[in-house]
Amino acid sequence: MSKILVIAEHLGGKLNSSTARAVSAAAAVKPEVIDVLVLSDAPDAIAAEAAEIDGVSRVLTIAKPENAHPLAAVLAPQIAKAAAGYSHVFVPSTTFGKDIAPRVAALLGVAQVSDVMSVEAAHTFKRPIYAGNAIITVEADASHTVVATIRSASWPAAGNGANSAPIEALSVDAALPTHTRFVELKQGSSDRPDLQSASKVVSGGRGVGSKENFEIIYKFADRIGAAVGASRAAVDAGYVPSEMQVGQTGKIIAPALYMAIGISGAIQHLTGIKDAGTIVAINKDGEAPIFEIADFGLVGDLFKIIPELEQALG
Amino acid sequence: MKILVGYKRVVDYNVRIQVKPDGSGVVTDGVKLSANPFDDIALEEALRLREKGVAEEVIVVGIGPADLTAHLRNGLAMGANRAIHVVTSESVQPLTAARVFLKLIEKEQPGLVILGKQAIDDDANQTGQMLAALWDRPQATFASNVEIADGKATVTREVDAGLEVIETELPAVITTDLRLNEPRFIKLPDIMKAKSKPIDTIEFGSLGVEAHDHLKTTHYAAPAKRSKGVMVKDAAELVAVLKQKGLL
Ligand SMILES: Cc1cc2nc3c(=O)[nH]c(=O)nc-3n(C[C@H](O)[C@H](O)[C@H](O)COP(=O)(O)OP(=O)(O)OC[C@H]3O[C@@H](n4cnc5c(N)ncnc54)[C@H](O)[C@@H]3O)c2cc1C
Repeated sequence: MSKILVIAEHLGGKLNSSTARAVSAAAAVKPEVIDVLVLSDAPDAIAAEAAEIDGVSRVLTIAKPENAHPLAAVLAPQIAKAAAGYSHVFVPSTTFGKDIAPRVAALLGVAQVSDVMSVEAAHTFKRPIYAGNAIITVEADASHTVVATIRSASWPAAGNGANSAPIEALSVDAALPTHTRFVELKQGSSDRPDLQSASKVVSGGRGVGSKENFEIIYKFADRIGAAVGASRAAVDAGYVPSEMQVGQTGKIIAPALYMAIGISGAIQHLTGIKDAGTIVAINKDGEAPIFEIADFGLVGDLFKIIPELEQALG
Repeated sequence: MKILVGYKRVVDYNVRIQVKPDGSGVVTDGVKLSANPFDDIALEEALRLREKGVAEEVIVVGIGPADLTAHLRNGLAMGANRAIHVVTSESVQPLTAARVFLKLIEKEQPGLVILGKQAIDDDANQTGQMLAALWDRPQATFASNVEIADGKATVTREVDAGLEVIETELPAVITTDLRLNEPRFIKLPDIMKAKSKPIDTIEFGSLGVEAHDHLKTTHYAAPAKRSKGVMVKDAAELVAVLKQKGLL
């Protein structure tokens, strides 16, 4: 029987929804145990949140001042120790998990399955390669621990509220390096919904034209309660900060509604939105590739169309 | 100091990947191959550090079949001082690649190893982190800015929440994100010059690296296709259909 350790992702004392998504993937293995591990300087509130996620057996905490920031070199040795006795270690495939999980896998001397989209059997998974242009089925060696990152957009967040799993403090004996120090996190402060978990996302591309013009995207997004994303071209041109990039090398998202405005639909951008419920494209070029995959397309100038949309909303 | 740069050859990013009908792989025959875009960025960063006087030597490393030489020559034409070609006809998984790099590190003693954050073929995003673990050294992944001074690296990392700055001692492993720099173009005279630069070849088998793969790929499939939807005539119709679907 499988025993799965899910590594919790959190920021500012709050659990990230990627954790509950990784729990969903763990549940698909039909394991005997799903434990969630919280590494933090102050894990209590985060652990309490994790304990409510359906399907979680136990929440384990490792509280250390060194765990105040998610430094892979510091967290990985603790996770590798905590992994003893588990058949699987699942980590969200976010920048947090992508940084840490391979370091854990290497410490355990095992390969890693990146970006798990589906669980076929306890050691068999599907994952994307070539920017999602091919999906492979991979089999991990059943005699080793499986270390995997979980592609958040492929998994719904496990429910919560009905569970109250026990919380236990764990002490691991791992030497922690001092060669890596956290300096700062420059975070765009935003009251808007979080791009990775929002049900609606409005994204702007190079067609928006400037940082100033991007106001029209923000304003419209606020009007419909959406998060705001962008293409790489819009980020590279300095219209918006990098954390707003959607795509192969940005965020992979699966909102119920995705509106691509002034975005051509390059393959690397589409990789990030394949799992969206409904895709809307607004582009002045009727031949833009984005229309090949959009559920609803509207050809025209975004600066004319957005005000009309606002008006039509009433 | 020396900088070791991973320089992988992959299917060019503009190629539309086709899965073979029998599910045994993707079509690579006759397909254009290029340097992994993230590796060009890694090499560019190493060259800039050399130009600033932070490093003396930049070494590009490739792991692959005999014909990888031409690709490594491109790295030399871009400006690397020399190349190391670890020769194998087998495809190499990230853990194995990390073990190969560790062997080369033991020999070359670099102050910095710069790799792409992922290769755009397997999209694994693992090798740099695995190498840092095996080497027991710092890692700074997804770098969008790198400063080296006083034996330390200060690296800005592109993370989901924004930009994280960390400081590491050296030697360290850095993996590159797209915004770190814009790689230079190779000029014709540089191609000529590259011809006389050395490429060391090392047989994979001679390194004593365990080649066992823990992951077996059993099937390749094309992704589920999204079908083309409908065009609406104006903003009012768009709002109406979205409202009808309960999306607005
Ligand atoms: C390795 C690699 C990774 C990459 N990763 C990503 C990634 O993660 N995410 C990503 O997005 N890209 C990524 N890219 C870049 C990608 O290939 C494209 O260059 C990028 O997505 C283009 O952005 P865009 O659609 O905004 O710009 P463009 O392709 O320039 O398109 C702009 C569009 O705006 C339209 N437009 C202009 N003005 C108006 C107007 N007034 N009204 C309406 N429409 C208008 C135009 O018709 C055009 O279709 C990557 C590339 C590489 C090589």
